[in-house]
Amino acid sequence: MNEKSTEALSVVVEREIPYPPEKIWRALTQPHLIEEWLMKNDFKPVVGHRFDLRADWGAVDCQVLAIEPNKTLSYTWEAHGLESVVTWTLTPSSTGTHLRMEQSGFRPDQQQAYQGAKGGWPRLFAALERLLARSD
Amino acid sequence: MPHTYEVLFKTLADPTRRAIFERLCREGEQTVGALTAQAGVSQPAVSKHLGVLKQAGLVLDRHEGRQTHYSARPGALAPLIDWTSQMAGFWQSRFDDLEDLLKRMDQ
Repeated sequence: MNEKSTEALSVVVEREIPYPPEKIWRALTQPHLIEEWLMKNDFKPVVGHRFDLRADWGAVDCQVLAIEPNKTLSYTWEAHGLESVVTWTLTPSSTGTHLRMEQSGFRPDQQQAYQGAKGGWPRLFAALERLLARSD
Repeated sequence: MPHTYEVLFKTLADPTRRAIFERLCREGEQTVGALTAQAGVSQPAVSKHLGVLKQAGLVLDRHEGRQTHYSARPGALAPLIDWTSQMAGFWQSRFDDLEDLLKRMDQ
């Protein structure tokens, strides 16, 4: 994924975790474990599977986009009127795993989103920057 | 409870509407006619999109004779920064809980 193209409307959280990818993968993909750290859910590790995450404040509609066991997991995340994509990346490190989560806003065109959220929001923000620059 | 950014997301979810807004950001003030020429949809459709953008505070209109000129509002996208910081806080806590869970899974 091109970093530049998604930086406009995206949230990235990264952390070194002192456990192997296989163990973290279980926590990311087994419903009873997901519930422990995220929300109640009916997740299945199957591409195309629709599931929801439920909390007191409401629900998040999701669909699995990509799965590569112990490496990457990606699903849509629709809440508050925005369809975004959450992508987990697990990279083995000397002390365990480098875990990265990126959530990015995207066009309502799934194919486009899956290709890395190019266009759409980033273009919008670029346009806004130009506007702000001009109004100085 | 609706958030300010929720209105922005919904308003800009439509690709045609977003394209109109992007164009106003990029090229400055435009008339409905000029916007219609490039929008690929009818003038009433463009006017409707402009109305929705205006309601969301994303554009301003200015009447001059029989023409209405539209311009993008700088800073109208600012609430999206709230979304980003709220989500960042949300995910940081989720990472904390995930790490706690991983510790327990060892036992």
